[in-house]
Amino acid sequence: MIDILFYILSTITLGSAALTLLSKNPIHSALWLVVSFFSLAGHYILLNSQFLGMVHIMVYSGAIMILMLFTIMLMNLNISNEVQKPFVTKLVATVAFCLMGLIILSVVMRGTEIYELQYTTHGKDFQSVQVLGQVLLNDYVLPFEMVAVLLLLAMIGAVLISKKDKTEKTA
Amino acid sequence: MENVIEIIGIEKYIYLSIILFCIGVFGILFRRNAIIMFMCIEIMLNSANMLLVAFSTYHQDAQGQVFVFFTMAVAAAEVAVGLAILVTIYRNIGSIDIDKLKNLKG
Repeated sequence: MIDILFYILSTITLGSAALTLLSKNPIHSALWLVVSFFSLAGHYILLNSQFLGMVHIMVYSGAIMILMLFTIMLMNLNISNEVQKPFVTKLVATVAFCLMGLIILSVVMRGTEIYELQYTTHGKDFQSVQVLGQVLLNDYVLPFEMVAVLLLLAMIGAVLISKKDKTEKTA
Repeated sequence: MENVIEIIGIEKYIYLSIILFCIGVFGILFRRNAIIMFMCIEIMLNSANMLLVAFSTYHQDAQGQVFVFFTMAVAAAEVAVGLAILVTIYRNIGSIDIDKLKNLKG
């Protein structure tokens, strides 16, 4: 049952990720990316990490996708007038993709096994929201505060970069 | 507690995230629309995140998930600043075709 669920979710993830970069219309790409993110959240929930699944849906499917869709609409890109790359570049990109996938997959498959064949669980609770909160706010409290500063700086930076230059406009 | 890794196996998660990462690289090489390239960067970040979560479940340790939490915050900051840069480029050049950004070419 869980096996079948994993395969269905993986198919959705890979298929919608491929459709993200293959569809001509950028808005369709953004919507396929939402589908891919939702299936990744399904993977997280399948791995029993409910907190990360919820955070993933909120951050990626909520914040980042709204940001991307608004940028696409702001640039008026919904008309697919994009100039395609030349055929040779596309061919080289495809060959590079296949080679890279082949090499990394064969390294992982043929290399020394990094996982034990006899796998046992110790049965303790390690990924509920309670445990994660204790780890996050005891061991990792300084990085947590730094992330807050980073998000504030990113917000200020985004506003400053995308602000219109008034002196240039009057000149 | 039921552990999914026991049923599925960690190696399938490794293969899935490798293929997802390669799809992201393919998108970077294949398209010249800068927004699509941003989406492909997100796909690559997500494949790394998924492998971190899978190994965190495999080792039964919460610290990998804390790492994923930080990665998500960094990704959100990166997307905000990157899209602001894209909007500025669009305002100055009139398109976000990356092949037109050749001002630094000697």
